[in-house]
Amino acid sequence: MANLHRFANPAQFQRLSRALLPWVAGITAILFVLGLYFALFASPPDYQQGDTVRIMYVHVPSAWMSLFCYTFLAVAGAVGLIWRHPLAFMSARAAAPIGAGFTFIVLATGSLWGKPMWGTWWVWDARLTSVLILFFLYLGHIALSRAFDDPARGAKAAAVLALVGAVNVPIIKFSVDWWNTLHQPASVSRLAGPAIDSSMLPPLFLMAFAFMGYFFTLLLIRIRADLASRKVQALRVAALAAAE
Amino acid sequence: MNGFEGQGLACVRGARLVFKQVGFHVAPGAAMLVAGPNGAGKSSLLRLMAGLLQPIGGELLWNGAPVAQDPDGHRRRISYVGHLDALKPALSVAENLGFWARMDGQGPEVVTAALARLRIERLADVPARLLSSGQRRRTNLARATMGSPAIWLLDEPTVGLDTDGIAALEQAMAAHLDGGGIVIAASHVQMFEAGAHQLVMEALKPELRDDIW
Amino acid sequence: MSTFWAIVARDVRLAVRGGTESVMVLVFFVLAAILFPFGVGPEAEVLRRIGPGVIWVVALLAAMMSLERLFSADHEDGTLDLLATSPAPLEIVFLAKAIAHWLTTGLPLLVAAPVLGVFYQLPGPAFGVLLLSMLLGTPSLSLIGGVGAALIVGARRGGVLLALLVLPLYVPVLIFAVAGVDAVIFDAPVRPSMMILAALLLAAIPLCPWAGGAALRQALQ
Repeated sequence: MANLHRFANPAQFQRLSRALLPWVAGITAILFVLGLYFALFASPPDYQQGDTVRIMYVHVPSAWMSLFCYTFLAVAGAVGLIWRHPLAFMSARAAAPIGAGFTFIVLATGSLWGKPMWGTWWVWDARLTSVLILFFLYLGHIALSRAFDDPARGAKAAAVLALVGAVNVPIIKFSVDWWNTLHQPASVSRLAGPAIDSSMLPPLFLMAFAFMGYFFTLLLIRIRADLASRKVQALRVAALAAAE
Repeated sequence: MNGFEGQGLACVRGARLVFKQVGFHVAPGAAMLVAGPNGAGKSSLLRLMAGLLQPIGGELLWNGAPVAQDPDGHRRRISYVGHLDALKPALSVAENLGFWARMDGQGPEVVTAALARLRIERLADVPARLLSSGQRRRTNLARATMGSPAIWLLDEPTVGLDTDGIAALEQAMAAHLDGGGIVIAASHVQMFEAGAHQLVMEALKPELRDDIW
Repeated sequence: MSTFWAIVARDVRLAVRGGTESVMVLVFFVLAAILFPFGVGPEAEVLRRIGPGVIWVVALLAAMMSLERLFSADHEDGTLDLLATSPAPLEIVFLAKAIAHWLTTGLPLLVAAPVLGVFYQLPGPAFGVLLLSMLLGTPSLSLIGGVGAALIVGARRGGVLLALLVLPLYVPVLIFAVAGVDAVIFDAPVRPSMMILAALLLAAIPLCPWAGGAALRQALQ
């Protein structure tokens, strides 16, 4: 049975992740405290947008994370398909809803920011529209990975989908940009992306790192929970077999 | 070693270890019966031999060379009969078989020969949707005998067959074995003459393992 | 190559014998498109403005309808197992089935599109571009959709799932196809969007069979 040991086993992962989790969570908490302090108090309001600019400290890191998570899904999928390592599939399964959550935050904060700035909750802006499609790519990934009776089958199908999606994300971005320049909405006065003042950079990067830490904290927790629930299922099956 | 061989095969479906440490060797011209209770993994083993499943442990060998190194060659070597008969209801028996003959690069004459082998020549022009389950089975078995694959992998081939069908199948298998072919069948009934190689699989109890994800 | 054409021929023959499926897709295409004038009113100006977009959106949906069974049917009756154990690589199997899907779905849509062009009061020169956009765009729909169809093999609720997987990926084809037809109506250059549409197809021809083959291989495990 030497072959079954070619993967680091779940018990080992549980030990390692238990040791790692408090550190990752602690660093994330510190980053959030620092980041929120700078974002909400220690940075000046924008001369044009006022305090509305503070939405950016959530919006922009979420946007980065939404792309980062999709890249993570694609890489995890490729690793899983090539080396058939179950941990890769489990990470992808755990990461997809987190990524979808970040993507949703991008859309929600974009909408909240758009109301005072553009006077409307939704603008078919090229960037927001691309993110909207990305959100549906996430939903497809989540739905596909849960659509099979055998979770392993769902994980592999979702891995292929993540790779297909990763090839398509730049194409979709490009086509939406093209589409957007064709149909310049006349009634909405559009702001060019505001030039970033150097005073905005520290809170922005602190928040970006905090979001990244938050992602890895959640990822570890979700994988551990997934492993635990599998264990429960295995125990049930074993109990059934023993009862026979 | 000549022939078809498996060493230390292990198979996982879902999170369940179906079998482990399964080994066999079938020489050219020999048959092997895969026996065992439900859930022992007979079908999984045949799918694994057909290349439809990847073993999680162990390997398959053909004339001593690992099959995994030449999957294309292996596909050319086998013909597989599963639980499903893979017939398109809208096509006639001859059209159904003709498709698979073309897939193997063979002409219509192999279809005629295969129909004769399973004694269903008179069904040639009947649409598959009108066939009984035994006739469907015979059609699928006829398909498996077309061309010259060295290894026949038959999963419960006698299910639904009448005595005439079983006789036709036995005759076809005997001819195949005489020509140096290999037949591996999973079945609950003894299909080969006494003394044929038997691989008896046992159902594994579900066990808690810390080394399977 | 003979295996490739054997699969194409079989699938086309099955579609012809099965009969109703292709016709139903076509009926849906026309019916859904003629609902829009009831929704937005029959003014020629409005219809001309939304025509290319409506025709293409409805074409996407129609092309998707017949995708669900593309591989599921072969999976359920055991054919997919035999295709996987036949000498033909699954990538070739995928490409052949995608082409058969285009012949039985995309091609009829292409033929019917000018009729809808008439309903939507499209100007004369727009018809040529509409046909060209269908010719370059619908094969991409069959290829991309085929990947989705391969992914949902064995899934619960395959139909809805397929829409969720495939429609976002159809967005680029939709954008450039409609941009081309709109360009004729608004006197803008047609060439760039048609070139990109062709480029999308050229990219889909190698990439989709590769992804679809991988998806089918996973489905059999």
